[in-house]
Amino acid sequence: MALEKQRFDTLIMGAGGAGLNAALQLANANLKVAVVSKVFPTRSHTVAAQGGVNAALANVLPDNWHWHMFDTVKGSDYLGDQDAIEYMCREAIPTVYELEHNGVPFSRLTNGKIYQRAFGGQSQNFGGEQAARTCAAADRTGHAILHTLYQQNIRAKTHFYDEYFAVDLIRDDEGYVLGALVLNIATGEPLLIESKTALLATGGCGQVFRTTSNAHINTGDGMAMALRAGLPLMDMEFFQFHPTGIAGKGMLITEGVRGEGGYLINKDGDRFMEKYAPNAKDLASRDVVARSIVTEVREGNGVGPEADHVLLKVNHLGEEVIAKRLPGIRESSKIFAGVDPVKDPIPVFPTAHYVMGGIPTDRFGRVMPTADDDGDHLPGLYAAGECACASVHGANRLGGNSLLDILVFGRLAGHNIIEYVKDNTAHRPLDEASVEKAVSRLQRWDAKGDGITVSQLRNEFRKTMEDHAGVFRVEDMMADGVEKVKRLREKLSEVRLTDHSSTFNTNRTEALELENLIDVGLSIAVSALHRKESRGAHSRPDYPKRDDVDWMKHTLYWKENDRLDYKGVRAQPLTVESFPPKERVY
Amino acid sequence: MNIQDSDLSNIDRLRWQCRRGMLELDVLLEAFLEQHYSELSPRLQRLFIQLLGFPDPVIHAWCVGGEPPDDEEFSELIAAIRETSAC
Repeated sequence: MALEKQRFDTLIMGAGGAGLNAALQLANANLKVAVVSKVFPTRSHTVAAQGGVNAALANVLPDNWHWHMFDTVKGSDYLGDQDAIEYMCREAIPTVYELEHNGVPFSRLTNGKIYQRAFGGQSQNFGGEQAARTCAAADRTGHAILHTLYQQNIRAKTHFYDEYFAVDLIRDDEGYVLGALVLNIATGEPLLIESKTALLATGGCGQVFRTTSNAHINTGDGMAMALRAGLPLMDMEFFQFHPTGIAGKGMLITEGVRGEGGYLINKDGDRFMEKYAPNAKDLASRDVVARSIVTEVREGNGVGPEADHVLLKVNHLGEEVIAKRLPGIRESSKIFAGVDPVKDPIPVFPTAHYVMGGIPTDRFGRVMPTADDDGDHLPGLYAAGECACASVHGANRLGGNSLLDILVFGRLAGHNIIEYVKDNTAHRPLDEASVEKAVSRLQRWDAKGDGITVSQLRNEFRKTMEDHAGVFRVEDMMADGVEKVKRLREKLSEVRLTDHSSTFNTNRTEALELENLIDVGLSIAVSALHRKESRGAHSRPDYPKRDDVDWMKHTLYWKENDRLDYKGVRAQPLTVESFPPKERVY
Repeated sequence: MNIQDSDLSNIDRLRWQCRRGMLELDVLLEAFLEQHYSELSPRLQRLFIQLLGFPDPVIHAWCVGGEPPDDEEFSELIAAIRETSAC
């Protein structure tokens, strides 16, 4: 069968904020750009970002990028690269203004300037008074940004491949990226897109855990493509969990519920947070509450037929307070938990929310393939957004910095690609062996016969990740988890599709996603096992302290032999003094 | 939106289009498709396909956010979706 081919200057995989902002820079510079997205672009997970985007515009309270930088370095628990953080905080300002000029309807002050709201972790004057740094478009910021960028890309004639699944990168022996093999979900036909440069902007991977707030599309596709191309993932052990997701489902139940007086109970009705955090109780920090819930369940105090969750009690607040101060919670609980919180408590469990790690890049979005920080970047390959790790979040991300990350680094990757294409005007010869490898990986799923189903293996894998590489991380349990996930990886060869049709075959797409999930899951489990300290979102009761002597370094994981290596944190900013590590107190 | 009769029975296509940017919509729309779509009248099936073309925050507000649509036709469909067991 002849493989259909198309040629572009740049191929962008993923159509969230990072991919679309990069595409817009390129299309405006008259480059020929293809954007591949497995769902319609405005249904990317960026749409779920309601909070806003941080930029030190100083429209509401005094502010400057240097204070924003301090907060981000501190928030990262000193694992963020300070050059990249300085760059992001400075570039935040022109990035937001550019979005404004492109038509994002930011909420306004009466003087016409962009309104900015205060969020946790924002300070004036290096840890002083509260700052107000987050720009928002009502409570639909992600949607407003996606919609605007999509419309602008249509105007600029970006070529969209909607409902196409990116299978694998194509590279030659010298390491140059030549494009990717993609699959048309509507027809089941593969398509080879040749390009001079490629940008991975495929978003996060929350679906590796059984309980996650991420949409079903967040299966770490770009991260796994990087792993299969022999590239590392960085700092994958750093995963933010929100303490209260609907048990077994993952939808967030806002902290506001506990702020209004809701509290957690175990199977005996005991208010267990009194035991773990006698002062703050249910309002203790996210990681403390999340770990306490998991500890209760592990000690046999869980609720439900599987004793695998706890309860969030709110009915004592009364129907009026719930309706007035916690709108939405009642609806969500009724629909997704089958519980009316006015009468009964809500079943909850920690839910995986955001991955700080990803494909290692420099501050221009160029992928860094080795532990040698001064080594060469990979020619023609870029990554941006949640799938990437420019290392601005380090061990913990601040609210309002995730939209900022995707927009700034998507934009800057776009600018850098324009320069790269000026120097690399011709397509390099196609590497047939690399194409063959990608095609055969796709064809593997044509095998028929008996086997296990995609959903059987996926369910087992996601539960294993939750139990062994989730919130509660101690040595023996994690080591056990790594072996279990490796065995599940072996079982992938036994999986068979139950549907071999061509058009919109969700079973095939989910099989490809499962391969991605398992590869990415192992990067998390192995990286977490070996980091013997507690820092930011990575919490180890057996190593409860942050260890700046031995562990102020980035983890790099390669799929081949599940190998790890480490590289130092870039503590030297571009133009200002370094912020030395301090104990993180708020 | 130009919806053909053949679109109504293309469940595989609809299943993929229930993949959204928000987990709540993934779970609810997929559950509705599997449990109730086939029992709907052709009129409501068309309306469901039309709904899938709306932006996620709109569908979210209507189905989960407690802000049902003013439009009478959509109200009927949304009420049915909200009755879906997604737990």
